[in-house]
Amino acid sequence: MAIIERPADTLALSGAGGPAVVTASTSYGNFRRPVETTGWKSWAFTVDHKKIGIMYGVVAMVFFFIGGFEALLIRAQLAQPDGTILSADKYNQMFTMHATTMVFLFVMPMAAAFANYMIPLQIGARDVAFPRLNALSLWLFIFGGLFINSSWILGGAADGGWFMYAPNSSSAFSPTNGVDFWTLGLLITGVASQVGAINLIVTALNMRAPGMSLMRMPIFTWMALVVQFLLLFAIPIITVALFLLMFQRNFGANFFSVEAGADPLLWQHMFWLFGHPEVYILVLPSFGIISEVLPTFSRKPLFGYPFVVFSGAAIGFVGFGVWAHHMFASGLGPISVAVFSVATMAIAVPTGVKIINWTLTMWGGKLWFTTSMLFAIGLIVQFTIGGLSGVTHAVAPSDTQQTDTYYIVAHFHYVIFGGAVLGLFAGLYYWWPKIFGKMLSERIGKWNFWLMIIGMNLTFGPMHILGLQGQPRRMYRWTSQRAGEGFFDLGFWNLVASVGSFVLGVGALLFLVNVWVSRKHPPAPEDPWDARSLEWITTSPPKEHNFDRIPTVHTLDEFFHRKYEDVGEGDQHDYKQVATGQEVVELEAKYADAHIHLPSPSYWPLVLAVAFPIIAYGVIYSTLLVIAGLAVAVLALFGWALEPPTADESDFDPPAPDGDEPSKELAVSV
Amino acid sequence: MNSDDTMTDTGVAAPTVADGHDAHADDHRHKEPSDRQYIWIAIILAVLTALEILSTEIGPQGSLLVPMLLVLMFIKFWIVASFFMHLRFDNRLFSFLFYLGLGFAVVLYSAMLATFHFWTG
Amino acid sequence: MSDATITESSEAAEIPAGSDDGHDHIGLPHHTTTGLSNTKLAMWLFLGSECLLFGGLISTYMLYRNRQSDQIGPDQLWDIPFTSATSFVLLMSSLTMVMAVSAAKRKDEPRTKMWLTVTALLGGLFLAGQVYEFTTFYREGLGYTTSLFSSSFYTLTGFHGVHVAVGIIMLLSLVAMLAKGKLVGEKSETVEMIGLYWHFVDIVWILIFTLVYLIPA
Repeated sequence: MAIIERPADTLALSGAGGPAVVTASTSYGNFRRPVETTGWKSWAFTVDHKKIGIMYGVVAMVFFFIGGFEALLIRAQLAQPDGTILSADKYNQMFTMHATTMVFLFVMPMAAAFANYMIPLQIGARDVAFPRLNALSLWLFIFGGLFINSSWILGGAADGGWFMYAPNSSSAFSPTNGVDFWTLGLLITGVASQVGAINLIVTALNMRAPGMSLMRMPIFTWMALVVQFLLLFAIPIITVALFLLMFQRNFGANFFSVEAGADPLLWQHMFWLFGHPEVYILVLPSFGIISEVLPTFSRKPLFGYPFVVFSGAAIGFVGFGVWAHHMFASGLGPISVAVFSVATMAIAVPTGVKIINWTLTMWGGKLWFTTSMLFAIGLIVQFTIGGLSGVTHAVAPSDTQQTDTYYIVAHFHYVIFGGAVLGLFAGLYYWWPKIFGKMLSERIGKWNFWLMIIGMNLTFGPMHILGLQGQPRRMYRWTSQRAGEGFFDLGFWNLVASVGSFVLGVGALLFLVNVWVSRKHPPAPEDPWDARSLEWITTSPPKEHNFDRIPTVHTLDEFFHRKYEDVGEGDQHDYKQVATGQEVVELEAKYADAHIHLPSPSYWPLVLAVAFPIIAYGVIYSTLLVIAGLAVAVLALFGWALEPPTADESDFDPPAPDGDEPSKELAVSV
Repeated sequence: MNSDDTMTDTGVAAPTVADGHDAHADDHRHKEPSDRQYIWIAIILAVLTALEILSTEIGPQGSLLVPMLLVLMFIKFWIVASFFMHLRFDNRLFSFLFYLGLGFAVVLYSAMLATFHFWTG
Repeated sequence: MSDATITESSEAAEIPAGSDDGHDHIGLPHHTTTGLSNTKLAMWLFLGSECLLFGGLISTYMLYRNRQSDQIGPDQLWDIPFTSATSFVLLMSSLTMVMAVSAAKRKDEPRTKMWLTVTALLGGLFLAGQVYEFTTFYREGLGYTTSLFSSSFYTLTGFHGVHVAVGIIMLLSLVAMLAKGKLVGEKSETVEMIGLYWHFVDIVWILIFTLVYLIPA
C-alpha cells in the first residue's frame, strides 16, 4: 500500500491559524480514514465533487447503452410484421425499462454529473457544500439503478410502462416482482436526487466566490439550480405515490384498486404532478449547457442573459401547473381540461423566449462549427420540432386523437432525445478537455453528430406518420393485413424507423470510439475553445482543490473579460485580446493560496447507500433483510455523525521530511 | 434587452457580494424571545388547542365549524413556525423556502383534489 | 501591457480573497455567500420539500376518509379526549425543545441535555399514545387493509410516527454525544437543527390533528 502522508505544515497551521476545528481523537476504532489519493479507494470513498461527477457520468453512460440496447430490441421487433424477437411479456418489460433507464438512469444522472462537476467550478468553490452527502447521492443512484436492473434476473422486470398506471401496476396484472423492483428502486434514486438537490442548492446559494452575485452566475449553473428546485419539490410527490404503490403491492393496501372503491386517477395525478416537472428536470440542464456552448462558439455573449435566466425559472414554475395535460383522455371534465390546456400553451412562451435568445446569440456571430456547437444547434432545431408537436397536444381535442399513439412517442423523443440528450452530448464535447485534459477527435465527433441526427430523424420522424395513422404505442407486433398502402404504409415507416434506430445506435457508439481514440491524444490546451466562464480559470483537468486561489468575480463571463479588453468607445464594444487563457490560468497559480483545506474521504456514504438496496430486497423477500439493512444504516449514520470532517493524524503515515505541499485540511463539513 | 450591457463593467470595481438576500442586513430582524416568553407562547398554543377541541363540542355547528377549525390550525402552525422555529427572527430566505414548499403543496394538492370534486362534494 | 492590467485586477482581488487566509471553517456563517449557515439552509430546504411529502399523504387521506367498508369509520373510532391529550404532549415537547435550543445558545450544557431528554421523553409518550391508539383501533376491527380509510389513515399517521421516532433517536443520540463530548461541529447549531426538525414534526401533527381528527367526516 502506498504511503499516505499528511502534508507537513498542517500541524503548525492548526496551532496558529484560529480555532482548531477537530480535536485529535481516534474516531472509529481500528478503521483508519481512507485517505488514499490513488487506486480504487480514492474513488470509492472520495468526497471530491469532480470524481463524483465523473463517476455519475460513467455510470449514466453505461445505462445509456443498456437503455439503447433495449430500444434496439423494441425496434427490431417492430421492423417486420409479426415480429418474433420478443414475446408480448418481454416486450412490455422492454419498453418499460427502456423509458425508466433513459429517464432515471441516464438523462437525470448525466445532468447530475455535469451539475456536480461544473457548479463548484463555475461559482468558484472548492467543493460542494456537503461533500459526504454528495457521495451518498452518487452511491444511492448507482445502487438504485443496479437494484432496478437486477429484476431482469430475478423473475422479470417491471412491465407497466414507465408511468405504471393503475390497475396495470397491481399484483393481479403484474404478478412478478418487477414492479416492486421498479417502485423500490425509484424510491432509492429519488432519495439520491433529493439529497443532491438540497446539496447543490446550498452550494449555488452559499459557496459562490467573492463578487459572484446571482446575476453573474454562469447560465448552466442557473439552469441546474432551477432543476434542483424542481427536484426538491417534485421528488417528494412521486415518493408518496411510490410508497402508496409499494404498500398496495406488498402490504395489501388498496390505494389504486377500483374494486376497493379507490380512484385509480390518484396515481395518475401524483405521477404527473411529479412527471411534468420531471420533463423540465430532464431538459433544463441541456438548455443550460447549450447556453454556454452557443456563446462560446459564436464569439458573442449570450443574448439576453437575464431573459434566459428568468424564462428558465418561469419554465420551472409553470411546469408544476400543467401536469393534467397528460390526462386529457382520462375524463377529467371540461373545466379541468380547459384550464390545463391553456396553461400548457402558456408554457410554450418562456420556451420560445429561449429559442429566440439562442438564435440571436448566433446572429452575427463568428460561428465555429465544432462538434459541441453542432450538437447545440441540433438541439435548437430538433427541440423546436418537438415543441411544435407538443403544442398540438396542448389542444385537447387534437390530443384526444393522438393519445397513446406513436405521435406521442415521436413528440417526446424529439423533446427528450432532441432536447435533453443532444444537449448532454454538446456538454460532453465541450467540457471533455476541461474534465480529462484531452481533446476528443473532431473528425469522429462530426460522424458521431451526423449519424445521431440522421438516425434520430429517421427513427422518430416516421413515428409522426405512424401515430397519425393510428398505430398505438406499446403494441408488441403488427400484421401486414392492416398496414395500409402507399405513403401511409405502416410497414414501410416501421422499417424506416427501425433502420434509423440502428443508425442512431452506431452514431452513439462512435462516442465511445472517440473516447477510446482520444486517450492517446496529447494534453489539451488550457483554453481550447476560447471560453467565457469561470470553470476555465484553472488547469484542465482541475487540481483537487479546483482553484489555486479563489477567483474574484467582477462580471458575467469573467474568464472572457480577463482575456479581452473593451477598447470600443461609448456604446461600441470592440474587444482586444490582452491575455491568453493559458496566461490567465498561470497568473492564478502565481498567487496561489498558501493553505488549502479539503474535506477528507469517508467510508460512510458508501456504507449508508449499501443499506438501501438491502432494505429494498428485504421488502420483497424477507423481513430479516430489512432489519439487517436498517442495522447497516444505523451503523453508517452513527459513523457519519461521529466522524470529523478531517482525517486524524493517526490516519496518515508519518510525514515526509520535505513537506512543503499545500496542506489538505477541511473546507466544508457534513 | 441587449446583454452587451453586462459587458461594460469590465472595470476592477471592488467586488461586492451583491445579493438579493444579504444576510447581515436583516440578520436579527427582531430579538429572539426569552425563555419566559416561550412559555407564554406555549400557553397560547395550549389555549388555542383547547379552543379547537371545545369548538367541536359546543362551538358553532355546520358550515362555520370547519373554517373556524382551519383558522385555528393555521394560527397554531404559524406560531410554531414563526417563534419556535425562529422564522420571524431569522433571514427571510428561510421563510421563503419553507413557505414556497408549503405553498406548492397547498396549491398543487388542492387543485388535484378539485379534479376529484372534493371541494364541491 | 496585457500582463499589467491583469495583475492589477488580480491584486485588487487580493483583499477579499486574502482576508480569508484559507481557513474555511464551515459552520461559521460569515464565510458563506449569503452569510447563512449551510446546514440551516439545507435543513429549511429539506423541510420545504417535506411539506410536499406530507401534503401528498394528507391529500390521499382526505380523498379516502369516507371510504370505509363496514361501520368502522372515524365516527366509531375517534377518542378525541385521548388524542387531544397526546397532541398536547407533542405540542409541549416543542416548548421543551425550544428551551433546549435556548440553553444551548447560552452554552448552558447541563440544561441543554436536560431539556433535550425531556423532549425525547415527551416524544416517547406521544408515540406510546399512538401505539395504544393503533392497537385499540385494531382490536375494534380496523386493520391496515380493512378499507381505503384505514390504509390511508395508518399510512399518514404511521409516516408521522416514524418521523417522531427518528426525532427521538436523534435527540437521545445528541444527548449522548454531548455527554461524551463527541459532537462534531458547532454545538448550538446542531441542537437548533434537530430542533427545527422536531418542530416541523409537531407542525405536521397540528395539521393532522385538525384535518384528520377534529373536522367531522
